[in-house]
Amino acid sequence: MTDIVQQGETTPNGELPKDVILRVNHLVKEFPITRGVFFKKQVGAVQAVSDISFQVKRGETLGLVGESGCGKSTTARSVLRLLEPTSGEVWFQGANDDGSIDAPVDVASADREILRGLRRELQIVFQDPYASLNPRMTVAGIVAEPMTVHEMGSPAERLERVKHLLEVVGLSPEHTNRYPHEFSGGQRQRIGVARALALNPQFMVLDEPVSALDVSIQAQVLNLMQDLQDEFGLTYLFIAHDLSVVRHISDRVAVMYLGKIAEMTDRDTLYDRPMHPYTHALLSAVPIPDPTIEASRKRIILEGDIPSPSNPPRGCRFNTRCPKAVPGKCDVDTPPLEELEPGHWVSCHFPEVVQVV
Amino acid sequence: MADPLLNVEDLRTYFSTEEGVVKAVDGVSFKVDAGERRGVVGESGCGKSVTAMSIMRLIEPPAGEIVTGKVEFDGRDLLKLTEADMQQVRGGDIAMIFQDPMTALNPVYTIGDQLIETILLHQDVSKSEARDIAITALDDVQIPHAGKVMEDYPHQFSGGMRQRVMIAMGLSCEPKLLIADEPTTALDVTTQAQIMNLMLELAEQRNTAVLLITHDLGVVAGFCDSIQVMYAGSIVERGTGDEIFHNPQHPYTWGLLGSMTRLDESQQERLNSVRGAPPSLINPPTGCRFGPRCDFAQDICREALPILHQSQEGQKVACHRSDELDLKSIAIGATS
Ligand SMILES: Nc1ncnc2c1ncn2[C@@H]1O[C@H](COP(=O)(O)OP(=O)(O)OP(=O)(O)O)[C@@H](O)[C@H]1O
Ligand SMILES: Nc1ncnc2c1ncn2[C@@H]1O[C@H](COP(=O)(O)OP(=O)(O)OP(=O)(O)O)[C@@H](O)[C@H]1O
Ligand code: SF4
Ligand code: SF4
Ligand SMILES: [Mg+2]
Ligand SMILES: [Mg+2]
Repeated sequence: MTDIVQQGETTPNGELPKDVILRVNHLVKEFPITRGVFFKKQVGAVQAVSDISFQVKRGETLGLVGESGCGKSTTARSVLRLLEPTSGEVWFQGANDDGSIDAPVDVASADREILRGLRRELQIVFQDPYASLNPRMTVAGIVAEPMTVHEMGSPAERLERVKHLLEVVGLSPEHTNRYPHEFSGGQRQRIGVARALALNPQFMVLDEPVSALDVSIQAQVLNLMQDLQDEFGLTYLFIAHDLSVVRHISDRVAVMYLGKIAEMTDRDTLYDRPMHPYTHALLSAVPIPDPTIEASRKRIILEGDIPSPSNPPRGCRFNTRCPKAVPGKCDVDTPPLEELEPGHWVSCHFPEVVQVV
Repeated sequence: MADPLLNVEDLRTYFSTEEGVVKAVDGVSFKVDAGERRGVVGESGCGKSVTAMSIMRLIEPPAGEIVTGKVEFDGRDLLKLTEADMQQVRGGDIAMIFQDPMTALNPVYTIGDQLIETILLHQDVSKSEARDIAITALDDVQIPHAGKVMEDYPHQFSGGMRQRVMIAMGLSCEPKLLIADEPTTALDVTTQAQIMNLMLELAEQRNTAVLLITHDLGVVAGFCDSIQVMYAGSIVERGTGDEIFHNPQHPYTWGLLGSMTRLDESQQERLNSVRGAPPSLINPPTGCRFGPRCDFAQDICREALPILHQSQEGQKVACHRSDELDLKSIAIGATS
């Protein structure tokens, strides 16, 4: 079983295993670097996402982790085509209520008409429950907006659905006429979730949905996400920098570093038998709320900072900070993402299982 | 037993706002010994920062006011000092580092100038001696090429490097107490590990007491000797790391621990979330402030405010029912 497309291989058009809902092939997203105030001249490019491939199975949660600036949000937005990918394919294979599977569509190259249809199936919840809701709209307006845009139902039917959705996410249906500032952070995040659910999507990107929330509220929202997934058979791409949250919520996890996937495998394998030195460092850095365990843990302390994506290191992108880097190899050759065990993908010249948790 | 280094007694800090008086810190008492590392945890808005700012007397009038209380540090009540004396304490005997180092660093001066100025303010040394102390301080926080870095400006640094500079600045005057308010919250986890490692090493070496404020219970687990949990303006539980993490006595602490996802736990069941949201600090609930969210609340809880007292288990706890409740035997997640 190949979990993702082999490096260099493209998906044959129209052929995807039935249980795959999304397959991303060689996705690249560059941002231009410009100089000049009046006459902007492009002087280079930041490759925020640098040739990544992965797939997501229907109904599963793929966790996407990595440190600030590694390209998680850019990946998600390019997948949903909220950003135009520079190159690559994003195959979406939707399912119908009767269980039949539609032919895969490439989101990255879809025309406007097709994209409009796809928008109903692909939704996103953003990190910041404060910035992502229009402060001048009522809750009813915010949640109904996608339905209005897609001309779904009559106004009365929409309001009914808004009330239902508010109940689904644990808010009082009486709150439809309130404004976002009248809600707490956790409640606002629920409003964002209700809006994302409005069109009955199949696939949801959750971009740091709980990062801005306190732990007790975070737990409430995580529980909600799990309940909704069970109830509606949703598929999640769950983005976070908190590896504990990702372990809790994900079926499989991809670790990103500087625009590339360093390691990807099922949840327990990643935490129990990680093979990439960056995963080792990342996992060892996460504190565990238990003083006895903390006292006996050995941390891998990385040197220095993450290099700038506008000028990534040659060879392995992690080589400037990797404790295991071999000069002459790691700073010259880029390690490919290879399937070293069934379903366990690692991008390192010297992979090795190390138990860190 | 030696006198504590810091002795805070019945501290109350209120803010007057259009909606009413916010009782941000409402009767907080605690002691910190020399060299002790104390964690202050609790959710957003529970009064952690206001507690720290009150100790440092950085509460801005007229809206904010320390209404009552005592803050004894090294034998002196800081609340009674003149502003001039207090300035000597700030950055001298008590250093403070914040979540966002840019608020404390001046963007138009070099790192070196700012370090030297702080040192000259608190130590009786010449300018060139201050320069040497500054370079040593940068070396101590493992900033490479310290001499060269002295000429750099804050914006030339990453978040992690800036926080190192703040630690260097804070520790350059050998304070007895370091107050660190969410020092790693804005940083990535590998950088957080670097910074916490560094702070631990330096604090141990110099026997510096630390008041570490954070909402991350994981961070305090590895760093602190003792922990106080705050809720809605007061301390609800205080004890050793072992007591707080392995045998919490307050339903809020117990709920918080149950809400946490853990790196070492492969569980995908529902978390034990604390239901509801924190209360208003203008019109807090009567009786126990945690009452409306507590699964164990009874009539007594609505009638009287529980005070922090010694529990049978060792730690201090502010709950009417802590001695009769056996939280340990209730599987986390069993209620709610
Ligand atoms: N619109 C843009 N123009 C230029 N550069 C951008 C833009 N958006 C993102 N970048 C750059 O692309 C890189 C990846 O950013 P991205 O937001 O995807 O990271 P992330 O992993 O989501 O980080 P975070 O955890 O901070 O949200 C960063 O270096 C960022 O500065
Ligand atoms: N200047 C102010 N005016 C009015 N209210 C204030 C002011 N400063 C703080 N508060 C209020 O006091 C309470 C305690 O705030 P504090 O900053 O101590 O919380 P905290 O525990 O540090 O939270 P966080 O984890 O978000 O930093 C909050 O409800 C806050 O809104
Ligand atoms: S390829 Fe080399 S530098 Fe990169 S992670 Fe592996 S050992 Fe480290
Ligand atoms: S005093 Fe009552 S309401 Fe408050 S924490 Fe204890 S049991 Fe719960
Ligand atoms: Mg992001
Ligand atoms: Mg604070």
